[in-house]
This record gives sequence, C-alpha cells and structure tokens, in this order.
Amino acid sequence: MDANRQDDAMAPASKIERTARKQQTRRHILLTTPALIVLAAAASGPLIIMLIYSFLTAGDYGGVVWKASTQGWFKVFLHKDIFDDALSLQDAHISIFWRSVKLSLLTTLLAVILGFPTAYFIATRAPGRRSMWLFLVTIPFWTNLLIRTFAMMEVIRNEGILNNLLMKLGLIHTPVQMLYTDFAILSGMTYVYLPLMILPLYASMEKLDFSLIEAGYDLYATRMRVLRRVILPLVKPGLVAGSILVFVPSLGAYVTPRVLGGGKNLMLGNLIELQFGQGRNWPLGAALSITLLVMVMIALIFYVRSMQGGPRQHG
Amino acid sequence: MNHSRIAIDTRNVSKIFGGDHDSVVALDDVSVSINENEFFTLLGPSGCGKTTLLRLIAGFEHPTQGRILLHGSEISQLPPYKRPVNTVFQSYALFPHMTVAENIGFGLEMQNKPDAEIAATVNQMLRLVKMEELRDRRTHQISGGQQQRVALARALAPRPRVLLLDEPLSALDYKLRKEMQIELKRLQHETGITFIFVTHDQEEALTMSDRVAVMNQGRVLQVGAPQEIYDHPSDRFVADFIGDTNFITAQVGAAENGRVSIEMPGGQCVRVRSDLDLAEKSRVTLAIRPEQIRLLSPHSSPGNRALLQGELENIVYFGTDTHYHLKLPTGIAMMARIQNTRRKQALFATGSRVSIDFDPDALQILKD
Repeated sequence: MDANRQDDAMAPASKIERTARKQQTRRHILLTTPALIVLAAAASGPLIIMLIYSFLTAGDYGGVVWKASTQGWFKVFLHKDIFDDALSLQDAHISIFWRSVKLSLLTTLLAVILGFPTAYFIATRAPGRRSMWLFLVTIPFWTNLLIRTFAMMEVIRNEGILNNLLMKLGLIHTPVQMLYTDFAILSGMTYVYLPLMILPLYASMEKLDFSLIEAGYDLYATRMRVLRRVILPLVKPGLVAGSILVFVPSLGAYVTPRVLGGGKNLMLGNLIELQFGQGRNWPLGAALSITLLVMVMIALIFYVRSMQGGPRQHG
Repeated sequence: MNHSRIAIDTRNVSKIFGGDHDSVVALDDVSVSINENEFFTLLGPSGCGKTTLLRLIAGFEHPTQGRILLHGSEISQLPPYKRPVNTVFQSYALFPHMTVAENIGFGLEMQNKPDAEIAATVNQMLRLVKMEELRDRRTHQISGGQQQRVALARALAPRPRVLLLDEPLSALDYKLRKEMQIELKRLQHETGITFIFVTHDQEEALTMSDRVAVMNQGRVLQVGAPQEIYDHPSDRFVADFIGDTNFITAQVGAAENGRVSIEMPGGQCVRVRSDLDLAEKSRVTLAIRPEQIRLLSPHSSPGNRALLQGELENIVYFGTDTHYHLKLPTGIAMMARIQNTRRKQALFATGSRVSIDFDPDALQILKD
C-alpha cells in the first residue's frame, strides 16, 4: 500500500522531468542551429569549393572550366618545359615555400625573444598595474594593418627615419637598403604578430606561482637554470599557444610581404593571390591554398603533440 | 674559531621596504644568535617581521643594514643559490612538473652531484619521510600532509647547514599538525641540522623549540627557552602573546635586597622577587598566569587574608579544566583556570563572591 502510494507520487514527477528534459534538448538544438549552419557554411563551404576547383582546368581568362584535371596540383611542385616537355621541380614555388616557412619560423623566434621578457615584466608588476601594461600591448590593434605596415615602410625606407638616424649618428654613410628585403618582411611581421605572442605567454605566467622560482634559487639553481628547469616547463602551454598564433598567420601573411617585400620577395599568400589575379590559374591557386592549409595543420598537430607530452613528461 | 657553535648570527639587521615616502620598517635592529643543532623558533603575530628575517637568511631579500653570518662568514649579500641554507615554504612550492623523487633530487642535481649519489640520497630521504611508495607520483596526486613531507625531504636532501621553515604546518588540519610537530622534532634529531622555524602559533613554538624569539613590530622582544619565556616574560606583549595572562596594575612599596613590596588593589601587600630598578610609589604591571590562581570561598577560611576579592562573572567548562572569569571591585577582569577533579567540581556558582589567592613568587613584574 505504502509503496504503491509512493509510486503514484513519483510517477507524475518523473514524467514532468522527462518532458522538461526533452523540451530542453529541443530548445538547445534549435538555439544552436543557426550558429552551426553559419559555421558549416562558412568554414567547410569555401574549403570544399577550393578542393573542387583545384581539380578543374584553368579557364583562359581566369575562372575554371568544368573539366577534371590534375594540372593545378601538378604545377604546385613540378614544372614542365614549354619546348621539350622535360619535367623539373618548380624552383620558384619551392623557394617561395621555403621563404615562407623560414620567415615564419624566424618571426616566431623573434616574437619569443621579444615577447617572453615583456610578458614576464607584465606578470611581475603589481596586479593593479598589469591591466594598464596589457592595454598598451593591445593598442596597435586599434589601427588598420595596412596603415601600420605603411608606417613601418616610412621607418625603414632609404630616406626613412631609421636610415636618417643611423647616418646622423655616423654609423653609416650611405642609406642601407632595408625596404623590399626579407629583413623588412621579418621586422614587419614580428611587429604585427608580437602581441599574439605576449598575450598567451602572459596568461600562463600570471598563473605561475613565484614561490616556485624562489624554491629553484633556494635549491642551488642559477638564474639560467631556474629559467630552463622551472619557468620554461611551467609556461610551456603559453609559449606553444603564442608560437602557433604567430606562426600560422605568418605563413599565410599577405599584406606585410606585399608592401614591405615590394612584390619581389613573394610569400605563399602573395603567390596564391597571383594565381587568382594576373596568373589566371585558379586551380593552381586553389591547390596552393590547400597546400598551405595542410602545412598549418601539420604545425597544429605538432602543437597538440607537444601539449600532450608537455608538462607531464618533463623530468 | 669561537663562532663554530653559532650557526646563524644576525647583527643589527634592519630591513626597510619601499621608497622614501611610503617605506615600511619590517625589521628594526635585530640581533639574534642561533646555535648549531638548535631548534630555534621565531614567534610573533603576522606582520611582525619573522618571515622577513627568514627570507633575509635564505637570501631572497638583502638587509638594508646589518650583517648576517653563517658559521662566522658573512652571507648577507650572497644570492640564495650560493648559501648552504634551504627553505621549506609555507605553500610547499613543490615543482608541479616533476615527480616526488625528482623534486627531492632537484637541489642535488643543481649542485651537479653525480647521478649515483643523487639516487642514493633521494632514496634515503624518501625513507626518512616515509614516502618510498609514492616516489613516482606527481605532487598534485598526493595529500597535503604528504606534500609537506616531500617539501621537507627536498629541503633536507642537499644537507644544508641550516633549514628554514616558514609556517610549514599552517595549512594542515589539527591532527596532522600534531603528527608533523613530532615528525619535525624527530627529523631534527636524526639529521642534526639547525632548524629555524617561523610560526604565529605560540603552542607550537612552546612544544617544539629549544629556544624561542618573540617578535613584534620588527623587533625581537625576548629570546629564551620556552619555559623561561612562559614563566618570566620580559614585557607586557610577550606575557599577553604567549598563553593567557592576567594583568594587575599595582603600586610599588619599599624595595630591599632583591625583593619589592607591592601594594595590591585590595590593599594587601606582597613581596615579589625582582631585578628591576623600581622607584617607590611608582605604578607597575603585574602578570599572573590563570593556572597559578587559587579560588577560595570567603567563608571557608575566615582567618586567611586573601590577596584579592572578586565576583564570579562567568564559568566556562573546557573538559580538562574550567575557566572562571572574575571581576575585581576596581573593575579589572581576571581569569582563573582550575583543573577539574571530582573534588573541585561545582564549587562556586556564578555571581558568588570569592577570594583570589596565589603564590607571590608566581607574580611577574613587567617592564612598560
């Protein structure tokens, strides 16, 4: 009897609960659908179009002809001589790939060298002061990238501020050609992407327990060894995140190499743009884009790997 | 080498933090000598400078003035990694990216000791703190008490001349803290290393230390064995900070060969031993421990001239003993702590008048 009555009391409650849960699930699906559609369309849509285009034939005046072809992919790395059909490696593309990877790695390295002490400086300020320093770091974001790049050009051109200063100081007698060199691209990209290194580095340093550093000193570790054995392993997540945030956009950078490299020193982004523009070879452009994407994905896999084995395996 | 028995010697050490206009004096002319193989405690309320003194000895801060000697040689300007002194941090500061064994071996590794020696010492330390089974655990996978042991083992592994302990037990619960107190004493005996222990817990200081330095507002007020500090506090702060104390203001009568006659508030006179140079008719503060006080019924012994009379305001039962809160006719509050035996239970009722009695030798005259 008693048990029965309890069951009766329970039944409506659980029924209400079940209906509520069902309603909630439906509401969740409905609410997320628009975002999911936008994401699916905006992320995978263009990718699919690119993938399809890379396997089509180039039209004479740009665009594509709907005829399957592997010519686009073929031309990414290989080159066929016009006269004797001899195959050779596409040297121009390979040197551009190499320059892109090299400059991106150097940019990342420079950003670490400049960003690490900066982030450490900010993280060791009094808590109230930190937000001011962070704010200063983000100020460049307020200005359009193109304008900042042109400003950079003004600094490093032959009659620019830097050359004038060096000549006034008597360090050089004739202006040094800095603009339109790899150096120009490198300094431009470092300048643009540095905050993306500082911010994640700061985030992981802020969480750092500074008594660990004192413990390191206390246990006979010199400054360098505290940095290597205590600080670096602990801020590794921020270091890796910052490196990815700098390396990935550097690899596909377009504006900076275009303006500061002067069109002579192409990077991947410029090469791709060229195929869709003057080159009128959309399948090749599409294939190059996907190659770039694969490179980024490889970098991300390295990132995930290093994170998994990261702080835990260190000894 | 008359310094050989003294492990740490601070000479007129002062530490001032901050700039010209907002400076804080953390340590004010502190001179302490800590003997070799001693369990020495720095005791005081938070902000009294005890942790600053410890950090100066460790090398995390440098003194504004004064010198610090370790076995007779000046160390105050050396960086922490050049001092044969190790610290057990309040937060333990174990390296989260290393295992228990790697943490313990870190100091030896940084001293570039050979691998075989590191392994041997790490095993020895693990045995010493009874953590052998957990050697390959991460530091976040072990309990607070175990982390405490690892922190101790890590600091002891390089065999420092002096071990500094910065409130190491404050994060542990009561029972674990009691266990670790005994454990620390055992470790100090077994290793023969000088321990400098910082705490704000007076009970901890009294039970563990060979000698205690009581600090307040950047100064060392009194240094001595626990019993000496408890029985003969040198000033009002020490008497108040260590244990419970009743303070009575009284007037000085005549002084003769090491004894002073003191007139109590009730008019009775007692003769107290004192080395202090006290002027006649001057006012002094007397301290008496609650457990030294006897309570008598005014009717039970009419012939006995009680030292003070008072009214019982409150009775608080504490299990092993009972606290009687009294009020003297002059308005001064006093407390008597009387051990509970079957005989004495429920002797007095709240509101009743009692006679307060104690041995005059238990009175301590305090400097102002």
